[in-house]
Amino acid sequence: MNLNKTMIIAGAAALFAGGAIAQDMTIVSWGGAYSASQQNAYHDPYMAANPGVNIINDTSSNEAVAKLRAMNEAGNVSWDVVDVVASDAMRLCDEGLAMEIDADTQLAPAPDGTPASEDFGDLLVSDCFIPQIVYSITFGYRTDMVGDTPPTSVCAIFDTKAYPGRRSLEKRPINNLEWALLCDGVAKADIYDLLETEAGQAQAFAKLDTIKSDVIWWSAGADTPQLLADGEVVFGSTYNGRLFSLIVEQNQPVEMLWDAQVYDLDGWIIPAGLSEERKKRALDYVYFATDTQRLADQAKYISYGPARKSSAPLVGKHAELGIDMAPHMPTDPANATNTFLTNYGWWADYRDDLDSKFQAWLAQ
Amino acid sequence: MSDASTAGPVLSADGTPLKRSLARALRREKLRALMLIAPLLLFILITFIAPIADMLFRSVENNIVEDTIPQTAFALRSWGAESGEAPSEPVFAALAADLKVAVKAKTHTRLGSRLNYEMTGISSLFRKTGRQVGKWDLENDAPFKEKFLDIDKDWGDPEVWGTIKVFSSKYTAGYFLNSVDLQKTPRGIEQRDENQRIYVKLFGRTIFMSLTIMFSCVLLGYPVAFLLANLPSKTSNMLLILVLLPFWTSLLVRTSAWKVLLQQQGVINDILVWIGLVDDGNRLIMINNQFGTIVAMTHILLPFMILPLYSVMQTIPITYVRAAKSLGATNWTAFWRVYFPQSVPGIGAGCILVFILSIGYYITPELVGGTKGVFISNRIAYHISSSLNWGLGAALGAILLAAVLILYWAYDKIVGIDNVKLG
Repeated sequence: MNLNKTMIIAGAAALFAGGAIAQDMTIVSWGGAYSASQQNAYHDPYMAANPGVNIINDTSSNEAVAKLRAMNEAGNVSWDVVDVVASDAMRLCDEGLAMEIDADTQLAPAPDGTPASEDFGDLLVSDCFIPQIVYSITFGYRTDMVGDTPPTSVCAIFDTKAYPGRRSLEKRPINNLEWALLCDGVAKADIYDLLETEAGQAQAFAKLDTIKSDVIWWSAGADTPQLLADGEVVFGSTYNGRLFSLIVEQNQPVEMLWDAQVYDLDGWIIPAGLSEERKKRALDYVYFATDTQRLADQAKYISYGPARKSSAPLVGKHAELGIDMAPHMPTDPANATNTFLTNYGWWADYRDDLDSKFQAWLAQ
Repeated sequence: MSDASTAGPVLSADGTPLKRSLARALRREKLRALMLIAPLLLFILITFIAPIADMLFRSVENNIVEDTIPQTAFALRSWGAESGEAPSEPVFAALAADLKVAVKAKTHTRLGSRLNYEMTGISSLFRKTGRQVGKWDLENDAPFKEKFLDIDKDWGDPEVWGTIKVFSSKYTAGYFLNSVDLQKTPRGIEQRDENQRIYVKLFGRTIFMSLTIMFSCVLLGYPVAFLLANLPSKTSNMLLILVLLPFWTSLLVRTSAWKVLLQQQGVINDILVWIGLVDDGNRLIMINNQFGTIVAMTHILLPFMILPLYSVMQTIPITYVRAAKSLGATNWTAFWRVYFPQSVPGIGAGCILVFILSIGYYITPELVGGTKGVFISNRIAYHISSSLNWGLGAALGAILLAAVLILYWAYDKIVGIDNVKLG
């Protein structure tokens, strides 16, 4: 009897220990250089500190919203932490697919004790969203195709006389309509009010009409860097990190045009409906991965600005190239003289409407 | 049966009527056959038919309004959009009660985005209202009409209420109407604004381009298959590998290769400029338009034309052509009157394969199609993965499926499906 009992206990203990060794945690992100920077800055140190956790990388972030919705309907959420852009986080939060986070109790304070909600500030755009980086969508141009007058304003895009050649723009209305109005003389503060009206929309499309035949429309983030490298386009909009690797890592004759760059945010959400144990683990990971030092570390590998104010002074040099990263950040004061903030709430409403108008306009 | 009329039923060895024991044996055999295919049948049912049926069902399903705001939907029955005014207090009270529950379950925002498909602005109206309703006390805070109007004056807009009423039924044709550029409004079915009509054009373009791709595949594939079937096997095996090699190469690699070839600073343009056919300032635009999509997709789908053609041509005895020639036919007559008709089943099979594959393609058009070379499937992908308007995606998919079935049926009527041979 006694022997049996001991065996059962020993067996249970072995099982428990076995379970503790292989606790898988699935983290979803964007893949490529971005996932690599997270692996270096977050995953590896976290796994070193927590030998009981094994992080599995999934690269489905670009379809995260659709997949999470499907998982939720099927009642089987297999992801633990998901990296999404702010607008997706807001939609997931709206649909009840992401867990609400209380920044002050569930995230690390800054080293000087400032609570997380203050450290992140305005960037906490949704109750479910834990900001990680600030990136921007901005233009790059070929230095050898603009003559002696390199462009300084985003409106050079619309000036086909001074800068002939093709341009690449993203195949969706967001940002393009704002830039069009901005270059049509509309003040920044009035853009969204104007876009709500038929006349304002017509004005934006009319402005885009002036360059329509010169535009190559992109849908994948890698398109613009490729088009610029091939000399297919003079200007192209894309994520600033992609342009950084094109310019600094691949030494292409391309320069950044930071004017009217559109800030956007990327960060974590934790799916709703996780078991208590998985939720605890996910929260522990997020607490670790979004503290001041970790966010600053990520900037060693990719040129996106850390979302915490307290991380900015800690941003150092590129891990391999040894160059200072600060001047390549969208948040650097020299780059941020003229920036634009997308109105997420507004786009949540007008997305469907303007998207079908945009598609119809493209097809005309 | 004739045996019954003479001397009673014919009996089998164990005394049961032969008919019955035969039927029993047959039934047993059928059952055994069914059990043999059961795993496959179940597999197909569970992993293929059921998900498709479920997805297609979403194109008409519209439970969300009645599930989220049941009392409001009921109260709205007595209100008509013709009145030109917002409903009265009882409807607002019902909405307050419904929203109170919905906000707790976080479903009011889902309803908002559902109704936003039909009328821009409803999404934020629900979100904004949801934030306030949570703080209300249902017992003591009446009347609610004023309070709703205080949050947003849009609650006084009969158009908003009309939209809620129109879409409060359990099933809706709204998604299907939307996918043929119509819309359901409180005033009935109307055509969408001109600057929002995209789907009919896209369906037309998808079918036109799929047909173009199919015909280019026949034109290019037929001579290749003919060569393959009529060369000595040593050479033809080598050639067959050349056909299969691209077939085994990743789709993305082949599409990107076409980008390198066709773009303005690409290989073909460079050569044309170098030999002086094209001026450096006027390089040809061959990609990010319909031409690019047709070229890349013809290349990608060509093996699906060549392989069935080849396997059919292999079965055509060369002696028939020789006989025709010995009877005085010219080379052309022998080919056209004797050889070609026998290869038609292969053309039929290849055409069906290529057409059906290309009508649902979306990766290649997305990458090389620009704006004028994209298919309806690109919009379906957009609605499934990024706008999350699954109902509309399902409706577009259902129409595409129906179009393929109708074309298949028409093909069967005109050419006859028995004439299709895969080898």
